This record gives sequence, structure tokens and C-alpha cells, in this order.
Amino acid sequence: MRVLLVDDEEQLVSTLAERLAFRGIAASWVTSSMAALELVEKETFDLAILDVKIPKISGLELKKRIQTLHPEMKFIFMTGHGSEDDFKIGAAEAGKDFYLVKPVKIESLLEKMNEVMQQGDDK
Amino acid sequence: MITIRIKPKFWDHQDAASGPFRALFNFRRIWKQAAFLTAGVTLMPLVFMAIIDYNVTQKAIESEILLRTSRLVSNTRRTLSFFLDERKFALNFIVHDNSFENLKNADRLSAILENLNKSLGGVSDLGVIDSTGTQINYVGPHALIGANYSTQAWYREVRERNLYISDVFLGLRKTPHFVIAVKHTLPDDSFFILRASLDMDRFRELLSDLELDGKGDAFIINHEGILQMPSRYRTEVLEKIPLSVPEFSPHTRVYQGSDAKGNAIVIGYAYITDTPFILVVTKQKDELLKPWFKTRYQLFWFLAVSIVIILIVVIGVSTYLVNNIFMADQKRVMTLHQVEYANKLASIGRLAAGVAHEINNPLAIINEKAGLIKDIFTFRKDYAPDSKLNGLVDSIISSVERCGTITKRLLNFARHIEVKVQKISLKSIIGDVLGFLGKEAEFKSITISVDFPDDIPDFESDRGKLQQIFLNLVNNAFAAMTDGGKLEIKISRHGDDAVSISISDDGCGISDSDMKRIFEPFFTTKSRTGGTGLGLSITYGLVQEIGGDIQVQSTVGRGTRFTIILPLTYGKKQGEGYARIAG
Repeated sequence: MRVLLVDDEEQLVSTLAERLAFRGIAASWVTSSMAALELVEKETFDLAILDVKIPKISGLELKKRIQTLHPEMKFIFMTGHGSEDDFKIGAAEAGKDFYLVKPVKIESLLEKMNEVMQQGDDK
Repeated sequence: MITIRIKPKFWDHQDAASGPFRALFNFRRIWKQAAFLTAGVTLMPLVFMAIIDYNVTQKAIESEILLRTSRLVSNTRRTLSFFLDERKFALNFIVHDNSFENLKNADRLSAILENLNKSLGGVSDLGVIDSTGTQINYVGPHALIGANYSTQAWYREVRERNLYISDVFLGLRKTPHFVIAVKHTLPDDSFFILRASLDMDRFRELLSDLELDGKGDAFIINHEGILQMPSRYRTEVLEKIPLSVPEFSPHTRVYQGSDAKGNAIVIGYAYITDTPFILVVTKQKDELLKPWFKTRYQLFWFLAVSIVIILIVVIGVSTYLVNNIFMADQKRVMTLHQVEYANKLASIGRLAAGVAHEINNPLAIINEKAGLIKDIFTFRKDYAPDSKLNGLVDSIISSVERCGTITKRLLNFARHIEVKVQKISLKSIIGDVLGFLGKEAEFKSITISVDFPDDIPDFESDRGKLQQIFLNLVNNAFAAMTDGGKLEIKISRHGDDAVSISISDDGCGISDSDMKRIFEPFFTTKSRTGGTGLGLSITYGLVQEIGGDIQVQSTVGRGTRFTIILPLTYGKKQGEGYARIAG
């Protein structure tokens, strides 16, 4: 499974990519939406983990643009602006994607990644 | 006690927040102005009209009395004059119808006397006096032939005026009577006089038959004020009466005076022409005014009752209106403070949300870095697992998790400040509030127990307002308790369509006098420690806004219990006051 990590916090995405690598998951990371779009044009990913609030192009907008290129890709969103209700609202907006509130436990993330990958390819 | 009960709420109100415009919010003064002005405007015309009506009616009645008396006197005078004229004309007829010679004849004179008594009655004797003043013929009870009257005043008068009517005197008979004498001039310029004595009985009957109201009396006096015959209330015949002789007038006159006892009387009199008689009618004024007194009494009561009713209505309406203004003003003050409070909370909320968001990202980095260290220990064999380092990393991760929980809660709380009606979980809200205040409770060793039964459903309400309500009440409870206190929160169903939340503490309690004012804006017992006096008033307002009800029970030294009843169906209450007496 190839994973794309997008968050403007480099320390966060780089470390997370490293941790996923320990678990046998190949993860690439970028810190801007433009970089992410450039990367998805060159490479193929199964799953993207996006921050909701990325400067210039938001996570949700980025998802739409990526989907035009790779409609089969799955998405998980993360946000620092999260409460239980945010989670519900965010989850509703994200459709069948998952919506996680930072800080996220790695076990929770892996669980969600498995869940999202097992979903039908109907988006 | 009654005064306290009927005293309106605004009476002792002092608006602490009105500042330099305090006079505008002096509701007691507004009430006084409204009441006095309305009462003045309403009562003045009434009293004015009553006074005018009183005077006009009194004058009309008095005028009517005088008029009636005057009419009576006039009519009676006419009757008396007619009576005297009748006799005078009879005598004149006799002297013209009979020659002097005839009248000298005793039989003839006796026949005339008999005829006179048959036709007119009351003639006791007849006498014929010649020009020398000697009575030359006489028929009657006395032997008066030969008597000479030439020196007497009446004789001189009849000689001069051809007619004489005496006043009443006793004479030889020792009974009151009077005399009419007429002079007849003969062709040779000599004359004779026919003189008749008349009993008083017929004369008196004329007066005694009169119908007199007001304990009235009718009598005849002569020009010296001597009573001529007994009347209804006077028996002192031929004595001077205690009234002064009224001044001469050719017409009937009526005036007001007083009798010997000082009682007000109405006096009507008329001089009877060509006689020494004055007809006098007196009436007791008090008796005549009795119907007026009755009317006056009714008028007075009508006025008094009207004034009382008007005052009651004026006071009632003024109190009601000023109270409404007062309530509206209090509502306005409450709303302003609520807006201010809500804005403050919203600012705090936005600040908290921003802070939480900013902290969440570094927290996530710490979390990932610590996670990575743990991963390195776990996945790379060249980094031998060190239990101490593992423990430290676990500690960092759990601390991050704890911080995450706090920021989530903070975000959750702040986020709901502006949120309106939605489906809420009471348990979650109370959990949030206690989560915030948990540390303070630990610090003060306060035990918190929550009894939340399973049958409490989620329901629609305003989460933000409920958070503020519970936060205020729990904060107040904490402030009232000393270290080691106990706070109990109990939730239960209240009928089918409401829930009841009671928050009880074992703190210092609230005194009875404070209890009545705790929901008033700016009322505080904690001014020295920074209390604004807005917490409970805003809490009350918030409870009202979400359609609930709040009650408080407290015992000084034992604790306080606030009970909130919340409807399961959201709806604002209408027309509620800003404060209610605690129950």
C-alpha cells in the first residue's frame, strides 16, 4: 500500500512517514497542496492522509482535485481543530472518508487505514 | 406585613447601573408623578363640579323656600285684606243705605246687627256716634249710649280719614277684639260714624287654617310689635313678641333671621293696607332644609365614594403601568447584560479554540516524535529496548493524549457557545462542565457525585446555554463550600415531558432576605471578592430562554439546592419576569 501524507507541519508528516515505514507501509510526504498535486501526477498512491487546513488549497479541495486524476484513491483527513462535534460534521462532509483529530494514536490511524482500504471502490 | 405584601417591586429598587441618569430610573418618583397627576386631573373636575352643584342646589332650595314663604304671605294678606274690606264695605253700605234718623233708631240698628251677623258673623256690637263724638245709638252687650269719644285718637282718625280699623284690644269686655269705624258725611256737612266691634274668632280661623311647613307659624302683630291674637306657637296675646318689627314695605317681603333661641328662621311679612296689622309668617330654616340635608348627605357620600374609587383605580393603574415599565426595564437590563456576557463568552471561546488548534499541531508532532522513538526501540535491534526509556516515552505519549483530551474538551466547550438548538446529551454537557472544574474540586477536596439514571433521553435544547447554566451553578456551589465539601448533581424525570436537574451543596447557604433577591441583576454578596452580581441573574435568564424553570431552596449553614426543570421539547417561555421569588 502506498500512502501520501500531506500536512503543512513537516515535522509531523516526516515522522509519521517514518513510523509507517516501520510498519511496512510506504509513505511519501509533502507539506503543500501544490507539491501533493505535482506528486500525484508522477506517482500512484492507494491512500492519501490529508490535513484539513492546508494553506492555499484546503484538504477537502485537494481531495477533489486528486480524485479527478485518481478516482480510485482513498482519503483520510486529520485536523487540529477538532472536537467530537467537529468530528461528526467533518465526517459528514468527508463522506465515506475518515476524519481524525490530532494528536492521533498510530494504532487508531492504522485501524482507520485498514477500514478505508476495505471500503468498496464506489466513490 | 400587609404593606410589604402590597408594596410593588419597584418601590425600593435602586438601579446600580443607571449612573448619571439615575433619576430617569427612579420608579418610585415616576409612580408618584403618575399617581398625583392622574388623581389631580381626575379629582379636580369632580370636586369642582360637586362644589358648584352643592352651592347651586343649596341656593335653589333656599330661593324656593323664600319664594314659597313669600307666596304664602301674599295670599294670606289678600285673604285678610278681603276679610277686612268685606266688613268695611258692609258698614259703608249700611251708612249709605240708612238715613241718620234710621240709624238712631235702636230697633233698626239691632236689626242691622242681626243681619250683619247672619251674613258676615263675628260682629259683637254696633254704635252710632254723632259729630260731637257722643254715641247716640248702640246695640251690643254693654250700655254705652251717651259715651263720648271725641277726645280719643280713633275718633280723630276716623274724622280725618273716613275709616278707622283699630288694633286688637281688650276693652270693656276683657276679650280681644277690634273695631272698624266708618264716617258718613251728611248733606249739611255734619257727619256721623258707624262703629262695629268684631270678634277675633273668624279672623283667627283665617290664619289657623293655613298649611305651614317647616314648623311654621303665622300671626299678626301691630306696628309696635304687639301680638294681636294667639297663633300655633304663640299665646302671649297683646304682648310684645321677641322679634323686631319689620320695616315698612308696601309689598310682601321675606328675609332670614333668627328667633329668640338663636335658631335660623325665615320670616315673611306684609303690612295690611289701611290697618295697623302686620301679617308675619315664620318658618324654622332647619326644618325647611331637611330635604336638602338629606340630598347633601347623599351628595357627600357620592363624592367620598367616588374619590375613594378614583384613588383606588388611579393607584392601581399607576402601579400596574409603572410596574410594567419597571419589568420592561429590568428585561432590557438583563438582555443587555446577557448580550454582553454572551459576547464575552464568544470571545473567550474563539480565543480558546484558536489556542487549542495551535496547540494540537505541536502536540501531534510531540506525539509522533515520541511514537517514533518507541517505534525505533521496538523495530530496530541495534537500539536495545530500555525499560526506563520506554517508560519515559510512554509517559510522554500518555501526557500528549491527556493534553489532547483537554484541547478537545476546550474546543468542544468553546464551539457550543454560539450553537443554537440541537439535540443534546445532558450527561455529556454535565461531563464537560465537571471536566473543567474537576481540578478545582480536587484542589478544594470537594466530592462530586452525579446521579444520572438511564431513562433520561437526549433532547433538543441549546447546548451553549446549558453549559453556561451548569458552569455558573457549579461555580457558585464551589464558592459556597469550604474544603471537603460535597456536591451532588441529581438528574431525574419530571413528568413525561421534562427533566429535573438538582445541584446541591453543603455550603454556607443563603439567608431568607438574600433569597428574595438572588436572581436580581447586580445583587451580590461577593462584591469584595470580585462578584458582579450577574451570575445568577444571567443563569435565571438563560433558563427562561430555553423554556425551563429554576428554583432554589437553602438553609443557612446547611447548604443550597438549585433545581432546574427543563422541558424535553424546546420552547421559549413567554411573558416571564426577570426574577422570581425563590421557593
